[in-house]
Amino acid sequence: MPKFDFEVITMGHGSGGLLTHRLLKSGVFDILKNEWLDQQHDGAILNINGKIAFSSDSYVVSPIFFPGGNIGDLAINGTVNDLAMCGANAEYLSLSFIIEEGLRMEELWQILLTIKKAADKAGVVVVTGDTKVVEKGKGDKIFINTSGIGNIHPKANIHHNRIKEGDVVIVSGNIASHGIAIMSVREGLEFETTIETDSLPLNHMVMLLLDQFGENIKFLRDATRGGIASVLNEVAEITSHGIYIDQKLIPVEEQVDGACEMLGLDPLYVANEGVFLCIVDAESANDALNLLKSTQKFDHASIIGHVTTENKGKVIMKSKVGGTRMVNFLPGEQLPRIC
Amino acid sequence: MKYLSEFRDPALVEDFLNEIHKITTQPWTLMEICGGQTHSLVKNGIPALLPDKITLVHGPGCPVCVTSIGIIDEAIYLAQQRDIILCSFGDMLRVPGSQKSLLEVKAEGADVRILYSPLEAVKLAEENPNKQVVFFAVGFETTAPANALSVVLAAQYKLENYSILASHVLVPPAMEAILSDENNTIDAFLAAGHVCTIMGLDEYYPIAQKYKCPIVVTGFEPVDLLQGILMAVTQLEKGEYKVENQYSRSVLPQGNLIAQQTIHQVFEVNDRVWRGIGNIPQSGYDVNTVFKKYNARLKFNIDIIPAEENKECISGDIMKGLKKPKQCPNFGTKCKPEHPLGAPMVSSEGACAAYYHYAEH
Repeated sequence: MPKFDFEVITMGHGSGGLLTHRLLKSGVFDILKNEWLDQQHDGAILNINGKIAFSSDSYVVSPIFFPGGNIGDLAINGTVNDLAMCGANAEYLSLSFIIEEGLRMEELWQILLTIKKAADKAGVVVVTGDTKVVEKGKGDKIFINTSGIGNIHPKANIHHNRIKEGDVVIVSGNIASHGIAIMSVREGLEFETTIETDSLPLNHMVMLLLDQFGENIKFLRDATRGGIASVLNEVAEITSHGIYIDQKLIPVEEQVDGACEMLGLDPLYVANEGVFLCIVDAESANDALNLLKSTQKFDHASIIGHVTTENKGKVIMKSKVGGTRMVNFLPGEQLPRIC
Repeated sequence: MKYLSEFRDPALVEDFLNEIHKITTQPWTLMEICGGQTHSLVKNGIPALLPDKITLVHGPGCPVCVTSIGIIDEAIYLAQQRDIILCSFGDMLRVPGSQKSLLEVKAEGADVRILYSPLEAVKLAEENPNKQVVFFAVGFETTAPANALSVVLAAQYKLENYSILASHVLVPPAMEAILSDENNTIDAFLAAGHVCTIMGLDEYYPIAQKYKCPIVVTGFEPVDLLQGILMAVTQLEKGEYKVENQYSRSVLPQGNLIAQQTIHQVFEVNDRVWRGIGNIPQSGYDVNTVFKKYNARLKFNIDIIPAEENKECISGDIMKGLKKPKQCPNFGTKCKPEHPLGAPMVSSEGACAAYYHYAEH
């Protein structure tokens, strides 16, 4: 990190004056350098052809640093992934900070470096942005908003209307790791090994799936807040189909499963940042699964169930011991239990 | 965490189920005491796998559900005081008091913290000498030792800003209240494994004898529960009524003596109003006179008008095993987790919540 003549962000850094200029000059522009940002204009002028997807998301995670990542790569991957779920490959992002005064420059620097790394990994450029500073107590260290656009893959035809009975539900990897990584820091819990976030750009894999299976990929959704249970319930509700899943096929890392048990949380509802659900035509299901499993990042992918005409609008799960239960929407935040 | 896979082994589950089917010749009604057991049963879809002759009813063992509305109101009153940090286990936050829940007052700006242990609250009191820290000490005998220990430590550290709002409840008096109810239908109990881990088995022998009722101390995993059911049904079929321990990997006959000692150092037994059930004599713990300065009720001189329970909530009948959640006319209509009439719909161990979340309706 270069030497700054200030250690913390103050209200002056949001004033639009000299301090703002210095902050941007010495940090943001250097790290994220590209032909659009270099113009230091109010917006980016882009050449775009054809059908694009456009998405926006805000990041307010606490703590801002956690095992395996920080709010920076979350903000990049989050929007990249939302675009990927539309069948689009993210190309351009905007990046806006709302910083609470008192944030240490060193923390901001760390976040910027992570943003750069995540953007490179996802193959996306940050072309425009904004920085605001709010008074102490009016924010929580730093909030980030990213918006992005990307071209839709020519073979993509992703719409919940296309889901039909017999389609297969695939989950791309171990669930619940991100939520538990955050909880472990937030609650000061220590496990035998560190549970890390699963934050990951999903666009490259989604493009491969669309290259190979095109229209047979009916539906994609990254299972962030509310976990896979919420996504499945949304699908069941909006399509009026039933969804049947088998608990023993749902991949959860043993450590994470244990942590969930201890904390009284159901992994089905715990947030993920690098896990998506894919509903695919039965004829392509096994090949799509093999494609996922052939890469290190998705080697825990699994077919977890299928779409049915029974239990319309509901998600039913066969338990590990052979009984069945409903999987519902969560009424609010999952709260840890007493005993 | 090898217990997870071993005690959820489908082959073992099937063996126990076959055995239960084989020996059951008459209709029996079993009550599992603990809400954790209820959730495990319903979550794993076990009731539907049992013989039709076996009815499982769900007991009062959800500490969140039985905490009276008056005590929730006391906690809310404390949370609303400017200099108080109210600490609670997460479960309690969604439970409706007479007007609001702790979650709602938290959203209005009250300093309510979710903790996993009362010892964290003691630490919070040390770190915030200008604030009063109150721990909402609810639960059965299971959580009493740690709550008592927090008071012992606060006294050791000479903390003037720590106290607990105690609302402990005891299992054996509740079992007696259920068995002596004129409408009682219970033939056998699956007693709560975690409570017995602390208290041991001694209190249960007189109950089993007096009411001629088998009591099997049972764990929480599918295999535990099925083995507990098998043991209870075996006794019933033979006309026996013994106390048996299925959960011996955790429960010693004498319980955890050090934990019991800590409980008796800080708490005394008193009468307690159970939400939905009413007053049960000698069924609760409160802070004794030796440690009275750590009793939030006395310390803050809480002065609120005792509230009425919602008349439409039949949680009392549910927790006594007289009715099942789905027999409530308001289940899933007027009463849902997002707008509950009573605690069993929002507690993570509440019977209504188990049926709402996991059973088809």
